[in-house]
Amino acid sequence: MKLFWKTGEPFVLATGASLAIILVMSLALVGVVMTNGLGYFWPRSLVKFELKDGSSALGQITQLEKNPISGISRIQMKVANRDILGQDFRWIDEKEITSRTVPADAILLERREHGDFFGFLTGVTAEGLVLSATAPYEKLQQAMQQVSKKIDATRTIKQQMSKLNNRSEDLRLKLQKLEYTGKEKNAAAITELTAEREKELTEFNALNEQATATQADIAKITAQFSDVTGAVKDIALVDIVTLQRPNSMSFFAKCGAYLERVRELLLDDPRESNTEGGLFPAIFGTVMMVLLMSVFSLPFGVVAAIYLREYARDGLMTRMVRIAVNNLAGVPSIVYGVFGLGFFVYGVGGSIDRLFFPERLPTPTFGTGGILWSSLTLALLTVPVVIVATEESLASIPKGIREGSLALGATKFQTLTRILLPMATPGIMTGLILSMARAAGEVAPLMIVGVVKLAPTLPFDMNFPFFHMDRKFMHLGFHIYDVGFQSPNVEAAKPMVYVTTMLLLAIVIVASSTAIHLRNRMRGKYTSSTF
Amino acid sequence: MELNLTQTQEQSGNTSILSVSDLNLHYGSAHALKNINLDMACNQVTAFIGPSGCGKSTLLRCFNRMNDLVESARIDGSIRFNGAEVNEPSTDVIALRRRIGMVFQQSNPFPKSIYENIVYGLRIAGVNDKATLDEAVERSLKSAAIWNEVKDRLNDSALGLSGGQAQRICIARAIAVNPEIILMDEPCSALDPISTLKIEELIEELKSKYTIVIVTHNMQQAARVSDVTAFFYLGELIEAGGTRKIFTNPEKKQTEDYITGRFG
Repeated sequence: MKLFWKTGEPFVLATGASLAIILVMSLALVGVVMTNGLGYFWPRSLVKFELKDGSSALGQITQLEKNPISGISRIQMKVANRDILGQDFRWIDEKEITSRTVPADAILLERREHGDFFGFLTGVTAEGLVLSATAPYEKLQQAMQQVSKKIDATRTIKQQMSKLNNRSEDLRLKLQKLEYTGKEKNAAAITELTAEREKELTEFNALNEQATATQADIAKITAQFSDVTGAVKDIALVDIVTLQRPNSMSFFAKCGAYLERVRELLLDDPRESNTEGGLFPAIFGTVMMVLLMSVFSLPFGVVAAIYLREYARDGLMTRMVRIAVNNLAGVPSIVYGVFGLGFFVYGVGGSIDRLFFPERLPTPTFGTGGILWSSLTLALLTVPVVIVATEESLASIPKGIREGSLALGATKFQTLTRILLPMATPGIMTGLILSMARAAGEVAPLMIVGVVKLAPTLPFDMNFPFFHMDRKFMHLGFHIYDVGFQSPNVEAAKPMVYVTTMLLLAIVIVASSTAIHLRNRMRGKYTSSTF
Repeated sequence: MELNLTQTQEQSGNTSILSVSDLNLHYGSAHALKNINLDMACNQVTAFIGPSGCGKSTLLRCFNRMNDLVESARIDGSIRFNGAEVNEPSTDVIALRRRIGMVFQQSNPFPKSIYENIVYGLRIAGVNDKATLDEAVERSLKSAAIWNEVKDRLNDSALGLSGGQAQRICIARAIAVNPEIILMDEPCSALDPISTLKIEELIEELKSKYTIVIVTHNMQQAARVSDVTAFFYLGELIEAGGTRKIFTNPEKKQTEDYITGRFG
């Protein structure tokens, strides 16, 4: 028995067990998020229940629950039709149910507003459309295709309007600037610009009227639906995002619908205060913010580490700086947010506004939260990680390599750039990977320095100068918080929380694995494989 | 280049190329080298022997000012290289190190291709002409007796070579910049007997072109390769002279004890 303890066998078992626990927990994390998130888009059957009190309910079964005392089962159902029923979900006692059917013609509509609609199609009012189909469902499908074409046509008008709007705003700012610098002096220029602006405004108004008229025309095309109680509802075809008959869909049709929803998630804008629609702006914002952050933190971190390790004399001061840097990594992130607000947003941003954009004041340009300030704040938060990793990897290079280079007549700088930095690159990449993962998941400081619930525009578009560093942006991490805790309909938004979490995880994993792949390629190049 | 070398040889003959006088070195409060006086002749192999910690490597690293890297080191006295003072602050250390090459105990090839390892010294000196570099690679690899082993894989990483090959690559790298002196700091201590033999043969050949100073723990090696041997003990130069004389008829008792294996 004593020997058994001496061999260290139990210790080995303990180490293995703890590793296994950690592994299981990580897998469980991914598993929980995936099972809850991935199922969200699957078109589930619409079930119709006849109840004892004579009423009926149509919806998707979301949960089964057994009362632990009475043993009676309850069913949670998504009944949708928020605008009629007031809420999306209801509980039904199993003993209340008299019959259960799956009507083949039940329709699921995803609407632009008021969430989903579950019901039956009764007719289509297709003024001005030529429809060849006779069956109502096919007729509706055809009508929807034609409507979406019409909407596409209005898109060009919208783009023109946005361009005009941008130009007239530029003109307004120019005018403002001229007026500030001297009304009399610039009188001629002012009248000229005012006239130009007037012209653009009239053009804009004409386009606007045209767009409004077309939209009103399109909105006239409606379809009539009845819900399970028989109440009739008119729904404009523009408001319908997707049209499905889940009960009569084949497995492959369901797969197709699933993929379509995934596409929508990745590429579309959010709707209904973020609880529905896509996540594209949030994905874009997260990725762009992390990349910008790396652009700032990597060079600064590496250069600072080089100074600390290679040039600074090892003394009390250096040691204190090193301790301070290490401690910076442990400061709560919200503290950085507050600092970013005070220093970057109000300090630097405010000064930029006063110096370069006085004509826009009191509306701030850089003097308010934005993607630039968010990236800089997070760069500050993650720079210690880069510094520590770079220092470690510089320190791990054998002394003989440095001496070999110096003994050949290389200067310290040549040794650094030609030998040491390439050899330290894998370590630096490790630091970058860690900092990117941290930055992607950080929410608290961003809420103060630039993330918003719903950004009207992306920080990148086709208007000069393309990257708009001053704009606010959306972020997946904040999106999770917002959808999960701030949305008007938490129960309906729950799947969205898991889906968003899954995407955030996916982004972190994709970014890290790309960096790890790069690092391993470099490692192969710079490390020995002699023995 | 050949012409230049013979000229140097004729001019200096067997006169001293490196001369040390009254050299003292302190590491902080430790007195590591005490009053060293020694001349090293041109185109000869000088071996430094002595027990661990006797200061022989420290002295070697004084010649190309590698002790500059050690912050606590303080040097007084004079080292003259071709008559010019090495220890002056005004000495161009970069130029000095190009003329006095060094090979280390642990082979330290850079994580680059064999080719880039060899031309490193030239590239940092600003030479980028392909023909010159190619010529230097072939010449120095041949001089280091490794050309036949690596000529087909010059673009492979030097990290894939065996210990003995890597050490010869390091010698070739030192030769590539055409130094006048090659300092070798226990070049064979990490190698197997066959690789050691190859390096020793190489030293024998290099002697005709370069002055070599070698630090070694291995007395047989000193006896085999060197013309002059200097014995150090506790930071002092005990005895220096022709290798045969040191090994057969040393003047000092300490030298005899060390060589016959009674201590050290």
